[in-house]
Amino acid sequence: MIVADKKPIEEIIDEIKEHERILILGCNECVTVCEAGGKKEVGVLASALRMYFLNEGKEVKVDEKTLERQCDHEYLEEIRSMIDQYDAVVSLACGVGVQFTAEKYHSMPVYPGVNTCFMVVTEERGLWTERCQGCGECILARTGAICPVSRCAKRVLNGPCGGSTDGKCEINKEIDCAWQLIVDRLKALDRLDDYEKISPLKDWSTDRAGGPRKVIREDVQQ
Amino acid sequence: MRLAYPTSIKIIRVPCTGKVDVLYFLRALEKGADGAYAVGCMEGDCHFNSGNLRARKRVEQVQKILDTIGIGGERVQMYNLSSSEGPLFAQYAVEMDERIRKLGPNPIKKHKKKAA
Repeated sequence: MIVADKKPIEEIIDEIKEHERILILGCNECVTVCEAGGKKEVGVLASALRMYFLNEGKEVKVDEKTLERQCDHEYLEEIRSMIDQYDAVVSLACGVGVQFTAEKYHSMPVYPGVNTCFMVVTEERGLWTERCQGCGECILARTGAICPVSRCAKRVLNGPCGGSTDGKCEINKEIDCAWQLIVDRLKALDRLDDYEKISPLKDWSTDRAGGPRKVIREDVQQ
Repeated sequence: MRLAYPTSIKIIRVPCTGKVDVLYFLRALEKGADGAYAVGCMEGDCHFNSGNLRARKRVEQVQKILDTIGIGGERVQMYNLSSSEGPLFAQYAVEMDERIRKLGPNPIKKHKKKAA
C-alpha cells in the first residue's frame, strides 16, 4: 500500500486560512490503514480546524466526508452534488487522490492534508517500511523475492557493494543490506547458483526515467 | 467513603481508557467543555495490557493539537490510579477542577456565543 504521514496542522491552517467553507475529504484506502487520512483523521482535523477558527473569531464552515477511494471516478462523483457548498477542499488522500480530486473539480482549490511517502508493508502498527518503487520491470524472480531496487540504497543489481558490513548497509547501521538478505534467502531456497548469474543492464525507461507513465490494457478497456 | 469532589466534573464511563480516542477529547472541547481528563488504571496494571498506555499517548496527541490551535494543551490530562483508591480519584478531580479554573473558560465559548 501507499503510506502517507500527517502534515502539521499549522501548515494546513496556513494554506486554507483565507477560505470560509472548507470540506475535509478523507479516503478509506491506504491512508486509513496508515492512520493518516481516514474517517477518524478527517474528524480530528476538522474538529481542530473548527476550534482554531472559532478561537480566531472567524466564522468558517468545516465539514467532513470520507470517500471509499479518491483515485476512481465513481467515488469522486459522490461529492458532485455537495461540492458547490465549499470554496476549498483539504484532501487527506495520497497525492494521487489530491490530484484526481483537483482534476475532477477544476475550479475548486484542493490542498493536501498529508505528505505522501512511498509503497510499503505494515511491519507493525506505526511502522511502515518500503518494499517497492514501481520500477515497471519486476526482477523479484531472480532475487529471491527481495527487491534490490527499493531496498538497496544504491539500487545495485549485482551486489552487494563494498559498503555491506555484518549484513548492514553503510548508509545506516539499522538498514539491512538488501543483497545480504538476497543471498540468505537464495541459500534458504537452495538456489544459490542463481546468485552467480550476472543481471543484465536494467531498462530504466519503465521507471521514472521515461517520464510520467501509464498502463494501457486494451483487453479490459470498454 | 462518601467522598466529595467538584460538581463541575461529569463522568463518562468507558470499559477501559484504551477506548478513549483523540476525537472524544476534541469533541468534548468543541462542544464547550473547559477541560477533559482520562483516569486509567496504574501503568503496568491494565487488564487489557496496554489500554492505559494508549490513552496516555492519545492525551499527549490532543495536548499537542490544542497547543497548536491556541486552546491550550493543559486543558487535557491523564491520571492513573488503582480501583481501590477512591480518595485519590477525588483528589485528581479537585486538582483538575483547580487547574481549569486557573486557565479560565474554554476560549472558543465566547466566540460561539457571538456567532449564535
